[in-house]
Amino acid sequence: MSTVYNLKREVEKPARFTGGHRLCAGCGAGIVVSGVLRALDNEDRAVVVNATSCLEVSTFMYPYTAYMDSYIHSAFENSAATCSGVEAAYHALKRRGKVEGTVKFITFGGDGGTYDIGFQSLSGAMERGHDMVYVCYDNEAYMNTGIQRSSSTPHFARTTTTPVGSVGQGKKQNKKDLTEILVAHNIPYAAQAAPIGNFKDLHTKSYKAIYTEGPCFLNVLSPCPRGWDYPTEKLAEIARLAVDTCVWPLYEVEEGVWRLTYIPKKKLPVEDFLRPQGRFRHMFEKGNEWMLEEAQAYVDQKWERLLERTGA
Amino acid sequence: MSDRLSGNEAVAYALKQINPDVMGAFPITPSTEIPEYFAQYVADGEVNTEYVTVESEHSSMSVCIAAQAAGARAVCATSSAGLALMYELLYIAASCRLPVTLACVNRALSGPININNDHSDSMGARDTGWIQIYAENNQEAYDNFLMAMPIGETPSVRLPVMTCMDGFITSHAVENIELLETEVVRKFIGEYNPENYLLKKENPLAVGPYDVSPYYMEHKVLEAEAMKAAKARILEVATEFEKISGRRYGLFEEYRMEDAELALVLIGSTAGTAKAAVDKLREDGVKAGLIKIRVFRPFPGEELARALANTKAVAVMDKSEGFSANGGPLFAETRSALYDLKERPYLIDIVYGLGGRDVKTEDIEKVFGRLANIAATGEIGPVYTHMGQRSKEENA
Repeated sequence: MSTVYNLKREVEKPARFTGGHRLCAGCGAGIVVSGVLRALDNEDRAVVVNATSCLEVSTFMYPYTAYMDSYIHSAFENSAATCSGVEAAYHALKRRGKVEGTVKFITFGGDGGTYDIGFQSLSGAMERGHDMVYVCYDNEAYMNTGIQRSSSTPHFARTTTTPVGSVGQGKKQNKKDLTEILVAHNIPYAAQAAPIGNFKDLHTKSYKAIYTEGPCFLNVLSPCPRGWDYPTEKLAEIARLAVDTCVWPLYEVEEGVWRLTYIPKKKLPVEDFLRPQGRFRHMFEKGNEWMLEEAQAYVDQKWERLLERTGA
Repeated sequence: MSDRLSGNEAVAYALKQINPDVMGAFPITPSTEIPEYFAQYVADGEVNTEYVTVESEHSSMSVCIAAQAAGARAVCATSSAGLALMYELLYIAASCRLPVTLACVNRALSGPININNDHSDSMGARDTGWIQIYAENNQEAYDNFLMAMPIGETPSVRLPVMTCMDGFITSHAVENIELLETEVVRKFIGEYNPENYLLKKENPLAVGPYDVSPYYMEHKVLEAEAMKAAKARILEVATEFEKISGRRYGLFEEYRMEDAELALVLIGSTAGTAKAAVDKLREDGVKAGLIKIRVFRPFPGEELARALANTKAVAVMDKSEGFSANGGPLFAETRSALYDLKERPYLIDIVYGLGGRDVKTEDIEKVFGRLANIAATGEIGPVYTHMGQRSKEENA
């Protein structure tokens, strides 16, 4: 691997995640998956593991697979355990001379399959120390079943199970901070990433996660045009706004050392991220100014804490 | 070689001899000893299995499914709530046609929570696409486990296999047992060389698709055909096993059935008690017999009908309730199997032994007494009853 990132060179590598899948236009999941898999060295094989999700039903509908590498989907809540099993088989078969070469193990789950129903399985796999990468493509709700709230859904967001009405004001709780929980597992590498700019951030973190021995975790923001209610062409812009408002800070924790990987030149107000998305529309109605204030205060508090932790 | 082992020890010893590639390990009474014994084999370097100590039975089955898909031979053990937690994954293992092997140490399901034996756990999993083979005693628990892989891994079958034994009664009681030499076991089991697997270098594989209506039914029919094909393979493996062990196994065991007029059909350790009762009744001139079901999935319906064709009255004994309001699962299968006979015996169902309730030879004799009365009078009485209930009038 060259140490200098070059997008042109990266995209010229043979694609491991091919076109023709059935993900929506303007969906973050596909570009996250291709971005992560592109970080694999050409000569290395991978087994891709997938939790039940939009990604799974859109990329492996019998008899077509979008993956050039081996791939396994088992269930919604067990993708980390599934990856553990493949990795265990690799060690066993390697020891017995039945498998050759380097194989990497990369799991993709949505936030429902990661923050919620697959949380125990993920925690177990991280604690056991399998040599694997778990990638959460975080679109902040159960999108595959039609936009229901998850523990990753942010405060005030409208979903089909947190509707806005005369009494209801969207989700009542704040988003669970899963990345911090994973850091608390004392794994060698954990990071928050987003598909922004020339994908250097996602690529660099993916490469580190894949080629660091032991369990590694990537939490990648993955905008969803259906659930977040934005025009499909705004995908990159929305991801960028999440980062520049510090709603989704980019950082990594390597062997316990916290490091911000991006500091916005000008920290934008949270409103800039919320306004283009239909799921937050009610926050801009007259009389709901307090919602914007609360959302801003929460982001500021989290950001300050992150600055302290990273010593930035 | 002869030894004295508990059922759990016997299965753990079989596992040591097999030296599987991957084991998913999670404790639950009464199967806990299996991963415990095996952990010691790992610690002592007697096996080089990848021993994965997961955080739940859900993950132990998930690990097994994935490892088997990756090209490894994967095993685990569980009981009761552990098997129930695996429920969704049992279907996935079978439908992905992955011959995982599971030692099920039968225990009652909650609630109320109860750690003792009945068959409600594995009976709840009877329609998941797993082959189910039940043991009467420690010897059979050992033998059945050794036969599981040659059955499940056959290309025409490729289904997971659950070998079951009765919790505590079989799993914890120490009995004399004949063990095979490890070399003989390894030759019998052979290498696991699947045609396609995730880690195969030449040909990447995708497992577990989203399957749509135009394909799903074809896939399910293939699975159903595999289960049908399993019956012949089970018998073939039994023949091979007899050559190395001298012990003979079929789909079920017929005990003193040649001229039997009154018969029991049951599963598991109660067969030992029932055999003693049959012997005693035979001494008294009663033409009593017993059928002990060994293979419940695939269900040997035609064979069972033939074996019961000349009886007058039959009691099916179910060690799980089933809550169908129409009798237990073994009764449903047996009654269905007998339907095609021109002349059918009278048939009753007795649910017994739930949550470890003991069953004695006297209890079995009472059942035969009831069958004798039915055969003599043609009056069947209540078809579906529970043995030894304190709160209701006793029928059995």
